[in-house]
Amino acid sequence: MSAADLSVLQRPNDRLRRRRVVNRGMELLAWLAAAIAVAILGVVVWSVAKRGASELNLDLLTKPRVPFALPGQPAGGLANAFVGTLVMVGLATLMALPVGILIAIYVNEFAPRAIRRGLGLVLDILNGVPAIVVGIFVFGLIVATHGQSGFAGGFALAVLMLPLVARSTIEVLLLVPGSLREASLGLGVARWRTTLGIVLPQAIGGIVTGAVLAVARVAGETAPLLFASSVGVSNSADWNPTHPLQSVPVAIFELSDTGVKSDVAQAWAGAFVLLMFILVTSLTARWLATRSRRKLQRAAR
Amino acid sequence: MSTYDATGNATRRPFSGRRVRAGDLILQGVAGAAALGAVVLVGLIVYKVVQGARLSFSTFGLGFLTTTGWDPVHQQFGAANFLFGTIVTSFGALLLATPLALGIALFLTELAPRWIRAPVTALVETLAAIPSVVMGLWGIIVLAPVLQDHVMPALHSALGFIPLFGPSTTGASIFTAIVVLTIMILPIISSVSRELFLGVPGELKEAALGLGATRWEMVRGVIFPYARGGVASAMILGLGRALGEAIAVFYVIGAFNGKISWNLFGPGNTIGAWLASEYSNSGSKLETSSLFYLGVILLVFSLLVNFLAQVIVRRVSRRQGLSVL
Repeated sequence: MSAADLSVLQRPNDRLRRRRVVNRGMELLAWLAAAIAVAILGVVVWSVAKRGASELNLDLLTKPRVPFALPGQPAGGLANAFVGTLVMVGLATLMALPVGILIAIYVNEFAPRAIRRGLGLVLDILNGVPAIVVGIFVFGLIVATHGQSGFAGGFALAVLMLPLVARSTIEVLLLVPGSLREASLGLGVARWRTTLGIVLPQAIGGIVTGAVLAVARVAGETAPLLFASSVGVSNSADWNPTHPLQSVPVAIFELSDTGVKSDVAQAWAGAFVLLMFILVTSLTARWLATRSRRKLQRAAR
Repeated sequence: MSTYDATGNATRRPFSGRRVRAGDLILQGVAGAAALGAVVLVGLIVYKVVQGARLSFSTFGLGFLTTTGWDPVHQQFGAANFLFGTIVTSFGALLLATPLALGIALFLTELAPRWIRAPVTALVETLAAIPSVVMGLWGIIVLAPVLQDHVMPALHSALGFIPLFGPSTTGASIFTAIVVLTIMILPIISSVSRELFLGVPGELKEAALGLGATRWEMVRGVIFPYARGGVASAMILGLGRALGEAIAVFYVIGAFNGKISWNLFGPGNTIGAWLASEYSNSGSKLETSSLFYLGVILLVFSLLVNFLAQVIVRRVSRRQGLSVL
């Protein structure tokens, strides 16, 4: 009788121990998962830096490319790629930024609820279209009839940018306190002046960080540019968007595949510059975004 | 009543004068036109890609999806092996990424010391910012040799009786593509899951802990059921990203267009990777049209993925709305 009582008392203890062991094991796995993710980022950045940083010099940014450089001969740089990326990303920003902000204004300030939902879905769909399909689309729309050009490349990047800019702007506009809007409308200010003069300036910080994140994301896109602006590019810096322009990602893509040692080295150097640009801009923008969001939330309180 | 209306109108009129209303109309018109532009753009994308595929579609029909081989000499094109590679790599990546992402999300919401949470969150999300061309280059030069020399032989000798884990022939393989895609979709799934886990009401978690549940039991019994639907839609979004990835996969998959093989350690090909390698192709009209056909397949995938995620989110929000009542 007493022995039976003891076993009853003991069993939960055993089970509790097992539950604790399982708990510990799972906690450990979660720590491990986070450590793996951070380690992967570290390994990627470190191995790109190791191969690319040594090749880095001012010539890379300013000198034209010298194809088939013999060993000992100066290998030139990737000025064509950096200028091309600058031009095409600039064009894309000029196209996507105003349209994206206007879409956000329409969604937040004018659209009835049903339309707002529908537009959210449209932006999701646009965001989900794979980059390579955007490339094919631009190929069919522009390149098939007019040939490749910096304009086609900029347009392809704009298509990718548009949903990013619109989404982030919508989110920021939602954070602008309704009381501000009401105060302005209540004073008899017209809706358009309220929107442009009161709401947008409040949100400008968030809109800019959203745009910077979109630029960082789009600057690294290869797939759409392969179809829109990659063939027959000039080896020297070319600012004319009616020509097909080289870009940094496409240059990496092509140089890493030639098998020539100096080409591969330049590909790594390009990858290093691109990666650093994207990491620095997106981390800074993210930091600014949390700061401005906190400020807006404080203003709302 | 009528006098009230009359005075109301009378007092409103001076403020809604003509000039002011015109400004409203203009802004609404311009903004509405931009919104309409987005709708038209989606329509135009679908139309242009489908239009380009028409010749191939009328030549091969749906048989395109079930035949293997890309033969410009005999003008025979099929997508079966690309389709196979796309689906295997994407689902493989999803299988690896989901538990990892859930672990990261749990770490960031339940386990990590408070000061570490923001930086680790930022670092994990930075992983998503690495351009796919850099990911691919890293994948083939750095990752693939490690996988080929260490991971693949180990898995082959332990699990070789399963045909999936056959002998490894090259570093560029379906398995390498799976690992690269895993890294690329990990941040998407983990950041959405993290936000979902943060949304679990504290009372529920405390109630479970108060009843004597261990932390893991609380996670299994409270957090996972609460976030299940959201996690499912996050997984679908990750899947969508993996299905459409082109450049990174192109680097590491080995561009093998032969017979479909279940050996993950051998080379393969995907729709995206093949499109990325054929960009400068100046083949026949039929071949170009067949590339568009591949684009249509990817487009259908991305629409399906969006639709599924929407359905799940809607159903979950309805259920959670009820559970709050």
